[in-house]
Amino acid sequence: MPKTSAEIGGMGHSVKRKEDPRFIRGKGNYVDDIVLPDMIYMDIVRSPFAHATIKNIDTAKALATPGVLAVITGKDLAAYNLHWMPTLMSDTQMVLPVEKVMYQAQEVAAVLATDRYTAADGVDAVEVDYDPLPVVVDPFKALLPDAPILRTDKEGKKDNHIWHWEWGDKSATDQAFDEADVKVTQDIYIPRIHVASIETCGCVASFDKINGKLTVWMTTQAPHAIRTVFALVAGHVGLQEHKIQIISPDIGGGFGGKVPVYPGYVIAVAASVLTGKPVKWIEDRMENLQADSFARDYHIAAELAGKKDGTLTALRIKTVADHGYTDAAANPSKFPAGLFHICTGSYDLKAAHVEVDGVYTNKPPGGIAYRCSFRVTEAVHTIERMADLMAHEIGMDPADLRMKNFIAPDRFPYKSALGWEYDSGNYAGALKLAIDRIGYTDLRKEQAERRARGELMGIGISSFTEIVGAGPSKHFDILGLKMFDSAEIRIHPTGKVIARFGTKSQGQGHETTYAQIIAEELGIPAADIAVEEGDTDTAPYGLGTYASRSTPVAGAARAVAARKIREKAKKIAAYLLEAHEDDLDWEPGKFFVKGSPDRAKTIQEIALAAYTNHPQGMEAGLEAVSYYDPPNLTYPFGSYICVVDIDKGTGEVKVRRFMAVDDCGNIINPMIVEGQIHGGLTMGLAPALYEEIQYDESGNCLQGSFMNYLLPTAVETPAWETDKTCTPSPHHPLGAKGVGESATVGAPAAIVNAVVDALWHLGVRHIDIPITPPKVWKALRDAGVSE
Amino acid sequence: MPQLDINGKTVAVETDLDRSLLSLLRDDLDLTGSKYGCGEGQCGACTVLIDEKSARSCITPVRAALGKKITTIEGLEKSGRLHPLQEAFLETEALQCGYCTSGMIMSGISLLRKNPNPPREEILRQMEGNVCRCGDYLRIVAALEKAARAIKEARK
Repeated sequence: MPKTSAEIGGMGHSVKRKEDPRFIRGKGNYVDDIVLPDMIYMDIVRSPFAHATIKNIDTAKALATPGVLAVITGKDLAAYNLHWMPTLMSDTQMVLPVEKVMYQAQEVAAVLATDRYTAADGVDAVEVDYDPLPVVVDPFKALLPDAPILRTDKEGKKDNHIWHWEWGDKSATDQAFDEADVKVTQDIYIPRIHVASIETCGCVASFDKINGKLTVWMTTQAPHAIRTVFALVAGHVGLQEHKIQIISPDIGGGFGGKVPVYPGYVIAVAASVLTGKPVKWIEDRMENLQADSFARDYHIAAELAGKKDGTLTALRIKTVADHGYTDAAANPSKFPAGLFHICTGSYDLKAAHVEVDGVYTNKPPGGIAYRCSFRVTEAVHTIERMADLMAHEIGMDPADLRMKNFIAPDRFPYKSALGWEYDSGNYAGALKLAIDRIGYTDLRKEQAERRARGELMGIGISSFTEIVGAGPSKHFDILGLKMFDSAEIRIHPTGKVIARFGTKSQGQGHETTYAQIIAEELGIPAADIAVEEGDTDTAPYGLGTYASRSTPVAGAARAVAARKIREKAKKIAAYLLEAHEDDLDWEPGKFFVKGSPDRAKTIQEIALAAYTNHPQGMEAGLEAVSYYDPPNLTYPFGSYICVVDIDKGTGEVKVRRFMAVDDCGNIINPMIVEGQIHGGLTMGLAPALYEEIQYDESGNCLQGSFMNYLLPTAVETPAWETDKTCTPSPHHPLGAKGVGESATVGAPAAIVNAVVDALWHLGVRHIDIPITPPKVWKALRDAGVSE
Repeated sequence: MPQLDINGKTVAVETDLDRSLLSLLRDDLDLTGSKYGCGEGQCGACTVLIDEKSARSCITPVRAALGKKITTIEGLEKSGRLHPLQEAFLETEALQCGYCTSGMIMSGISLLRKNPNPPREEILRQMEGNVCRCGDYLRIVAALEKAARAIKEARK
């Protein structure tokens, strides 16, 4: 039950989104909607080769094209030492190449012109002379001793290995495996996928030569961090942090793809500095799909040990991570494999050991998220597949095996075998609800009947635990920037509020939910609270919105800032009421004298007094700032059950039902949370059944447009069924956890488990995602099933 | 000079007639509600109505729209009254980042004008060409059904 009235609209109310009235009128303000006087356009020449020496770039014909103003090459940038830049993982990446290209569609030169069509014509007219080099697309081949060395820019580099990372107690894990009754082993490939937000990436960079100020409207999820990166990269040519303003306006979906610093942004900035004009650069879809950072590409070899009775004991994982030509993953610095070591999942394992090796290949950078927190989907997918394999192997119902091994509610806070301290959970509660809601027992009966008739029906479970809200700053930073987040709340004399944050919504509805949290804490109607984000000139510093960290971190900052304001408001109320502070009570929206509810001052009256009649000796005004460093991450969880029917003739998988029970602690806005879960499920279905980016041996991207990179539409999307349990986070000021990514993380394993469950009796043990009809068709034919 | 009828206004067009209608709308006429998503007619973010039928403005040359009635998202609100499908998108909260929303609404309106009471299968068939990456298709379909009911009520 919400604590505030519907008029105030605090936590728990399905307040209508403040963003929507502009979006349904087509009046959002996205980067490509921004037009500045005298603006010019930039387009990019890209490499057709995945690995090639650049012998020459001839710009003469391009420069002779009417309307083309300039062409920028790597040599131009090299003159200012701007042709390379650091990645978020402290590797290096090219802004524009001087010597060679390392992936297909890599930026080679930039053309500036009076309009975007002339710029495209100019791109066609640039003549680049390439000398192709041997291409390595397979990370296992990249590790062979005779593989060509890709990063020849790194002095002394003798192989394509980036780093080795391991975590956990190896000897305890090995011992548990030695003592195990049962072991299951499975290679799992989680393919390269692309977030493909419908808005591509781009920017408008505007350098004012007179005052030396650079303003960049940019598709970024992390404007403050970007500003700092720009200042670090280009400080030596005069771009300093106080003269850089990054504005992230409305963003048409991020999902992790708008965290990195892409070369296009940097070139556009350089182009504006060079020409003194505003420069617009907007990717087309093919550039977006072929060159922007990718997610996943994990080759996982997993082993799970257990006892005959179904008790799971230990997990051992070795992974080869294909990062492309540079490690530009968006991970906290200390965790090159992200939070992959959440892979013991919801289960009470005695021991676990994880190894990951990062590898260079001739592909664009990988390792960003796809609506998930730092490799959490890879972890969840692995443990949920392995638990299912174990259940099938020993002939135990997968639901029973999970129930037997869940971390019990009274074990929280729970220290996992890989060292995480889970804050709270009730995993059995969520699975039980999912089982009841979907009618699991009846479905198993139906499955047996159908199987007897030769029909293929499967039921799959995924009982995932996420880890979101990075993070405690002692462990989490990006390029040294600690992963706190911030809130600034300013109450004006009439009791209306402007609040600013270091995060940036890309569809999450921050303008609404952030206002609700302040409404909850101060009793000011959410309608009276304006939320601003994404402008580095006005908002307090924060690390941005990704990895479901806005509510866990910035959400907490806003509660803390609001509570500081309430403390001051109490002092003012005491002064106005001529009462002692200790004699005052609070109810949402007002302080009153204990026992005399009519002797009260509303928050609005107090706000006015803060500017017109504040106590002697107190500073005027009513505002607060908080930089919140969370004591721990939050651990949302859920149990999903998926029912599939498989067409024996075509191999097509049809998701008949999908029951999702989520637990994200206390909920700010139920309507928004439900929408995020619906969307997350759709984005979980996508890689499970449809999406994969592949390369041929020459490094050609095979899914470089929406013609062959299949995104689910209303037709493919099942009628998601949702429900929830509520286990608040004990350390978060509002008891909330993140939720925007849970469904994307948890859903694919449920779908794969359902497919394998349908085919297990035929001898099928695993199918890698995406589970396309040809893969299932082949598995059926291999098993001797006729149409 | 060639002319276009856009949102009920006659607009003289001084441009290459082979240009995409989307670029004319966005870059020349400041009607930025229609969005670029893929440039190849696959995502639906650029959907407008041409003579009441939904069209992908990114792959429609200006020439093909001459003499026809073009409606964009900006042309729906009449005297402060939203189209019932816009209202339904608000009520069902059928949007998140908002980038696909204009195209979704225009695709949906095209169907509702053809069949004010479409069955679910027809809605799915119509919306198949519109991608929402935030992914709440359930609510988009629900919004169409709600708008259809509202239109029916209004006609009573």
